[in-house]
Amino acid sequence: MSVFWAICRQHMVLAWRGGHTTLAFAFLFIGVTLMPFGLGPDLALLQALAPGLLWVVLIMALLTSLDRLFQADYEDGSLDQMMLMPLPLELVVLGKLLGHYMALVLPLLLAVPLAGLLLNLAPAHLPMLLLAMLAGSPALVLLGGIGASLAVSVRRGGLLTVLLSLPFYVPVMIFGAGASQQALAGEIDETRLAILGLLSLASLLAAPVAIAAALRNAVR
Amino acid sequence: MLKALENISAFYANPTRFMKLAARLHAPLWILASALLAYGLFRAWHVPEDYQQGETVKIMFVHVPAAWMALFGYSFIFFASVTALIFRHPLGHVAARAAAPVGATFTLIALVTGSLWGQPMWGTWWVWDARLTSMLVLLFVYLGYIAIWQAIEEPTRAARTAALLAIVGFINVPIVKFSVDWWNTLHQPASVSRLARSALHADFLYPLLIMGAAFLALFLALTLTRMQMEILRQKLRVRRMSAN
Repeated sequence: MSVFWAICRQHMVLAWRGGHTTLAFAFLFIGVTLMPFGLGPDLALLQALAPGLLWVVLIMALLTSLDRLFQADYEDGSLDQMMLMPLPLELVVLGKLLGHYMALVLPLLLAVPLAGLLLNLAPAHLPMLLLAMLAGSPALVLLGGIGASLAVSVRRGGLLTVLLSLPFYVPVMIFGAGASQQALAGEIDETRLAILGLLSLASLLAAPVAIAAALRNAVR
Repeated sequence: MLKALENISAFYANPTRFMKLAARLHAPLWILASALLAYGLFRAWHVPEDYQQGETVKIMFVHVPAAWMALFGYSFIFFASVTALIFRHPLGHVAARAAAPVGATFTLIALVTGSLWGQPMWGTWWVWDARLTSMLVLLFVYLGYIAIWQAIEEPTRAARTAALLAIVGFINVPIVKFSVDWWNTLHQPASVSRLARSALHADFLYPLLIMGAAFLALFLALTLTRMQMEILRQKLRVRRMSAN
């Protein structure tokens, strides 16, 4: 079990030291900054669109970070070593995904209120939005991991990863953004939160198995 | 029954035997497809005018069968991938790879004819409702599947990766369909395969079913031809490598 936490911590430290967390922050704020240029500076409009826009930018920041999940390990041979560990590959994968979540997604979620301020999102709107993102983001990381593992052996496979992950993201997006629309009304939509949680739990069960199968396939 | 199926599929796991069977099926399948298509289009063209939609209702006879084939195509890919990956049938990968562009094209036809129908009917080329969105996502799934075959160079690894995507992606398709159902609905709900009697009048139902059969025969003919092409390509590759 200590192997699990070691892998998790290793991925976190590498992401942090490699500047990936900072890059993700930058991507989030750049994305949010571009929106008023595209949509016009009307604050009322921006506030109405803010929850959906924040979801989109969060997902794009996540998609661009998926490359770094397995590609580096595949290229320098660490993936082979991970398969020889006493821990089953599924748990190794889970450790890396947890490290990815802690190093990249949680900081982004912390940045969302600040980014929301740029889009005129009032603090009263935040609880629902953050709850929805919290419930849905594990699903995003896990399902993105499936796309990343399928494309791991392709050298410049970033775009392929995005294409493969996108169909999986659609249900999460639909419920996440739907839940966030309620954020503007200030209410808590428990049904959608529950469905997001369900998607996350289901991904937690299914994704590591699929990812491990794809990684074994790539290394063979 | 299952044993018989097993024996048949084991028999045709040999590519040479399969090619012999394919050669015999090739012409009849194409003739059947052409005949059904000609008859279906004739019947579709001569349907009575719909009191509400006039002539434009005739797009339905291309749009609906194309959508059926789009979904059938992905199911075909799913079952072929399962056969290849889990039961280790050598022709499963060939079948799935052959069917992918055919299914993707049917999806595209469904989307485009839907737009052409929607513009006079609903006043808009596109709307983000349940059916349209999940068909668009299905197109992306097809494109992702085809992209894997193109991106990975080594054929065995590409085959297995693609099969993995097909199997995992299949779980996604009903999920997308249901989640989008809860999101938004403008597109007409099911009226052909309802448990009660079909809501369509016989004058419209029969040409639709004939076109459905025609598109199915077309799908199978195209997939069979592409499978033959793929096996011939593999043979060519082997010959080139042994000649060098």
